[in-house]
Amino acid sequence: MKYGSAFLAIGFALLLWQGIVTLTGLPKFILPGPRLVAESWWTNRALIAEHTLITAMEVLIGLVIGTALGIASAIYLASSRVARLVIQPILVFTQALPVFALAPILTLWLGFGLGSKIAMAVLIIYFPVTSSFCDGLMRTPRGLLDLAQTMQAGHWRTLRLIRIPAALPSLASGIRLAAVYAPIGAVIGEWVGASRGLGYLMLLANGRAKTDLMFAALLTLGVFAVLLHLAVHLATRRLSGSSPDRA
Amino acid sequence: MSRAPGVTLEGSASIDGAPLFAPLRLTLPAGRWTCLLGGSGVGKSTVLRLICGLPTGASFDGTITATDTRPIPERVAYMAQDDLLLPWASVTDNIRLGARLRGQRADADRLAHILARVGLSGHAQKKPGALSGGQRQRVALARTLMEDKPIILLDEPFSALDAQTRAAMQELAADLLQGRTVLVVTHDPAEAARLGHAIVVLTPKGVTDCPPPAAPVPRPVDDLDTLRCQAELLRRLRDAA
Repeated sequence: MKYGSAFLAIGFALLLWQGIVTLTGLPKFILPGPRLVAESWWTNRALIAEHTLITAMEVLIGLVIGTALGIASAIYLASSRVARLVIQPILVFTQALPVFALAPILTLWLGFGLGSKIAMAVLIIYFPVTSSFCDGLMRTPRGLLDLAQTMQAGHWRTLRLIRIPAALPSLASGIRLAAVYAPIGAVIGEWVGASRGLGYLMLLANGRAKTDLMFAALLTLGVFAVLLHLAVHLATRRLSGSSPDRA
Repeated sequence: MSRAPGVTLEGSASIDGAPLFAPLRLTLPAGRWTCLLGGSGVGKSTVLRLICGLPTGASFDGTITATDTRPIPERVAYMAQDDLLLPWASVTDNIRLGARLRGQRADADRLAHILARVGLSGHAQKKPGALSGGQRQRVALARTLMEDKPIILLDEPFSALDAQTRAAMQELAADLLQGRTVLVVTHDPAEAARLGHAIVVLTPKGVTDCPPPAAPVPRPVDDLDTLRCQAELLRRLRDAA
C-alpha cells in the first residue's frame, strides 16, 4: 500500500509535468517534457552511470568518514567536561558558518578530484552526527548511572556497556540526517570545481543548453538520494530499537 | 559475602540552606531489615543515597559509619523502584551487569542458581521487554543478589507493582536477603509492618522508632499484630503531615 501510493504520486507528478509542458508550449531548452528526459537518460545512460558512480563514491566515503569522526568526537565530548566547555562553543560557531562558503577553499587546497568533495560531505555531516550522538550520551537515564556507580564501575566500562548503547537511537537519527546532507555536500563541491560527478554533469549540460540531460542527471541524483536514505534507514533500524525508554 | 555490619547515619541535611531533615540518628542493626517510612519529600531517599555514596543534591553535615569501621559504598547493592534493567541486554547480561562493569568474570553456576531461586530459569536469554513487571523486578532482585554485598539498600523497590505481585516479591526478597543488613525506604505502612525488624518513621522533625510486631519477617498479611502496627504507622504519618 505504501509503495502503491508512492507510484501513484510519481505518476501524478509526471502527468502534471507533461501537462505544463503541453499547455505552456515552453521551448525544450527551458522545460523539456518527461518523455524527452527519459529518452535523453536512455541515450546517455553510460555517461550518467559513470558520473553517478563518482558522486556515489564521494557521498559514501564522506558518510563513513564523517560518521566515524562524529562518533569519536561525541564520545570525547561526553567524557570530558573541559572538552564540552571549550570545544562545543567552537563547534557551534563553525556550524554558523555556511559550509558552502568553504567549497572554493577546499577545492584550492584539495584539488579538483574526489578529495575536496569528500571533505565537503564530511564537513556537512560531521555536526549533525556529533551533536545528536553527544546529546544521547549526555541523556543517559540517571538511575542507570546511579546503579553503575554503586557497582563500582569504571568510566570507560560505564560508557561502553551503558551510555553508548543507551545513546544508539540518537546516533541513528544523526546518521539518517547525515545521509540526507551528504549528497548536498558532494554536489556543491562538484559545482565549485570538478571534472566528474553528477553535479559537474548538470552544470555542463546546463551550459550547453542540454536541459533534458540536466534533468536526467538531476532525477538520477534524486533517485540515488532516496535509495541512500532508505538503505541508511534500514541499516540504522537495529540501533533505534534499543532505546531505554522503550522496552 | 563478608559478615554484614551495622550502619549508623548521624547528622542533618539541607538543600540550599533550607533544612531537609533535622539532626537525626538512624541505626541499621547488623544482618536485619530496617524499614524507613515517610511521606514524600521528607528526605528518606536522600538518607538511602547518602549511605550508597550517590549524589543527592543536598548538603549533608554528619557521619555515616559501619560497626566494623570499614568503608560502606563499596559494600552496598542498590535496588530502586524502577527496575533499571538495560532493555538491550538479556536477562543474564542484566544480572551479571556488576561483574561486567568491573571487568570481572561472573560465576556462571552462581548465576544459574540465583536465576532458579527467583524463578526465572526459563527466561535467561529474554530481553526485559518480553517480561512482566513482576518478572522484571525479580530480575532486578537477582542482579542485587548476584552482587553478593553485605549491605542492601532498597528504594521503594516494590511500589510500582500490583498488590499481589508486591506481596509475593516482599516474601521472596525477605527470604533471599536473609542475614544481610537491609534498609528499605518506603511510603507504604503495610510494607514497613511486614518487613521491618526495625521500623523507623522519618518526619521533618526527625526519626522516631516504632516497635515492630512480634511475628517473624516476612509477616503474614493477615497477622493481627502486623495490621495493628500498620494502622499505628499510618496514624503517625498523618499526624506528621
